[in-house]
Amino acid sequence: MTEPDIFGTPERLGMVVAGSLTDGVEVRLDGTASIEDVKVGTFVTLQGDRARFFGVVTDVSLRATDQALASMPPDVSDPYIASVVSGTAAYGVINVEPMLIQDIEGPMPSKTIPSHFATVSPASEEDIALVFGAEDERNFWIGSPLDMESKLCLNIQSLVERSNGVFGKSGTGKTFLTRLLLIGILQSNSAVNLVFDMHGEYGWKGSAEGGREVKGLKQLFSSKVAVFSLDEASSKRRGLTPDYVVRIGFDEVEPEDIEILGGILGLSPVAADAAHFLQRHFGGKKWLSEFLSIQGSEDIRNLANTVGVNQGALAALQNRLSRLKRFDFMTDTGQGSVDRILEYLDRGMHVVLEFGRYGSNLTAYILVANLLTRRIYARYMERKERASGDPSSEPRPLVITIEEAHKYLTSDIASHTIFGTIAREMRKYNVTLMLVDQRPGDIDDEVMSQLGTRITCLLDSDKDINSVLAGAPGGRKLRSVLSRLESKQQALVFGHAVPMPVVIKTRDYGTSESYRELGWKDAVELKSQMEQDAADLFGPGEE
Amino acid sequence: MTEVDKKLDTPVGEVVEASTTELVAQCHELYESPPLGALIKTGGEDTVYGVVAEVATRSLDPGRRPVAMGAGESDVEAIYSSNPQLGRLLSTEFRTVVVGHMANGRLNRYVAPLPPKIHAMIYPCDEEETREFSGSLHFLPLLLSAQVGSPDDVAAAFLRGVSRSHADSRAFLVGAGRELASLLGGDIHRLNGILRRLAHD
Repeated sequence: MTEPDIFGTPERLGMVVAGSLTDGVEVRLDGTASIEDVKVGTFVTLQGDRARFFGVVTDVSLRATDQALASMPPDVSDPYIASVVSGTAAYGVINVEPMLIQDIEGPMPSKTIPSHFATVSPASEEDIALVFGAEDERNFWIGSPLDMESKLCLNIQSLVERSNGVFGKSGTGKTFLTRLLLIGILQSNSAVNLVFDMHGEYGWKGSAEGGREVKGLKQLFSSKVAVFSLDEASSKRRGLTPDYVVRIGFDEVEPEDIEILGGILGLSPVAADAAHFLQRHFGGKKWLSEFLSIQGSEDIRNLANTVGVNQGALAALQNRLSRLKRFDFMTDTGQGSVDRILEYLDRGMHVVLEFGRYGSNLTAYILVANLLTRRIYARYMERKERASGDPSSEPRPLVITIEEAHKYLTSDIASHTIFGTIAREMRKYNVTLMLVDQRPGDIDDEVMSQLGTRITCLLDSDKDINSVLAGAPGGRKLRSVLSRLESKQQALVFGHAVPMPVVIKTRDYGTSESYRELGWKDAVELKSQMEQDAADLFGPGEE
Repeated sequence: MTEVDKKLDTPVGEVVEASTTELVAQCHELYESPPLGALIKTGGEDTVYGVVAEVATRSLDPGRRPVAMGAGESDVEAIYSSNPQLGRLLSTEFRTVVVGHMANGRLNRYVAPLPPKIHAMIYPCDEEETREFSGSLHFLPLLLSAQVGSPDDVAAAFLRGVSRSHADSRAFLVGAGRELASLLGGDIHRLNGILRRLAHD
């Protein structure tokens, strides 16, 4: 009989001593494992008698075998006593939420927990690859697990099947994460992107901390990305000639487009509703320009009487809508921007719409994003229905990225807006959303609950945290994980595109090495590759 | 044969009182007891191992108390040299806690099924034997629960002594301390006391 080694073995963290499926398991740390090395959110494996489980550390606590320890602590100034007592009489306990169980077919959601004394160890690189998949066309390397170097991948196919959310306080790296996700979608060819780029971060170039510039999608994948602009002058200033300058016609604006602006423009529901009456009165396309051309209170009063709307409300509506005239991108008649966008998307090009100076104007952003999305969505619906008999003519899946969603996906108006509809209907019509937002708490619960994958950087308001975690399995326990994220480059990912919730350190973006890892080639490499290609085609040149 | 080897081969005393858990031995020479915490063994086939838990020197005849004899003498050694009969009137005894035994050539770290015979010889254990015996400390509860004056001092003295036979005595003491901590987890005061004795080695 071999006696167990009294010094313990270093690889393992500890063993399961208690727990339940609802509350997760308690793991007593071995004396050799320091509690300070175990972080909330760490990915661990639990080796039971027969099955292997994968879990996440959700809490860390200190315990003592004797309650007197707290009142009469041992003399830990002596290093010997300190090294003996810590981990034995005073020990650490970690709470682990077992998420997956290793099945013959691969990791499956766990419906049980490991038995007593199951060994708990930090996950290895192989475990990460087993659970999250190795990097390939479908799996996009998004970052690495906490304190590990291995590549953690998202299943892009699953990601684009549903609407998603990227959340986090400002300055926590939402934009970098979103940019990576967009690249992932682009590289996997599983969908096309339409990005309503409020602050000009995705198209040509973005900014990092300290005024450093990083490359946007167009610079990295110029043949696959088109940058559209609402503000040509601003795009040019930034060194980019946009592929298309978007113009919106007054004749393209519909009452539904005004409805979503109600809150932002400070319109009462009556006033917002009046747009419908006006459209009926003036007829189809002309209603807005006709309405805005009315001068004088007398005419307004007459109009109010005719359409049966309160005069004050109508005056307010006119006053607020006349702000639209100030937008240079508004023209009398539309110029087929929707067709142009669809044309690019159909070719498999990814479209980034830069707002330039209008990025800081929420009215402009919402008006344009909503208007374009509504029309694009209608076309998709039409095509999808037409394709029901012929799957090969299905439109390409489309992911629409919108920012500042909490300002127009609030619970009072979300149900009226196209974004609410898209989020609810999920992939029915091959269009999904990617919400990029800092105040998820203000977004309609129903929209939030429909998000397939949520990627969240640090949030500190309780309302936001609750809203992001609502409906997530083990949500209560992920709270501590989420509120302890570092403020930079860390995110909690959970939902449809990952088999289990996991904290990641976002992959680097912004160095030439990172660009190269994403498939970008600099001028020298391109030249040598061209020469190589030429040599392959025509044989080596003459000496 | 070196001086040390000869010493190890020479019995230090013999069993005068034996039970399964405790042995009392009388030393062959006055004051020649192994120290507190030393690991000893009985001779013969069924070796029993014990840890010295108490050492006492007293009059052989319980009815005759020693009397003060040093008047006019310069020190204690002078008293013994001028009274050689003292070696026959006094005796040194030590009490050991049984911590293991050999059975069928195997070392068991728990009490033996039968105590050794009275007059069984007692030998000190050499360094290698001590190291082998202390390879596992599963017998520590026997020391901690021994019915002797201060079991904690015995355990501490034993561990201190044994640690010197290990190449990395510090690592041994940490491992032993952890073993103690798991045994005395519910009694932090007692644990503290022993650890303090071990810390100042």
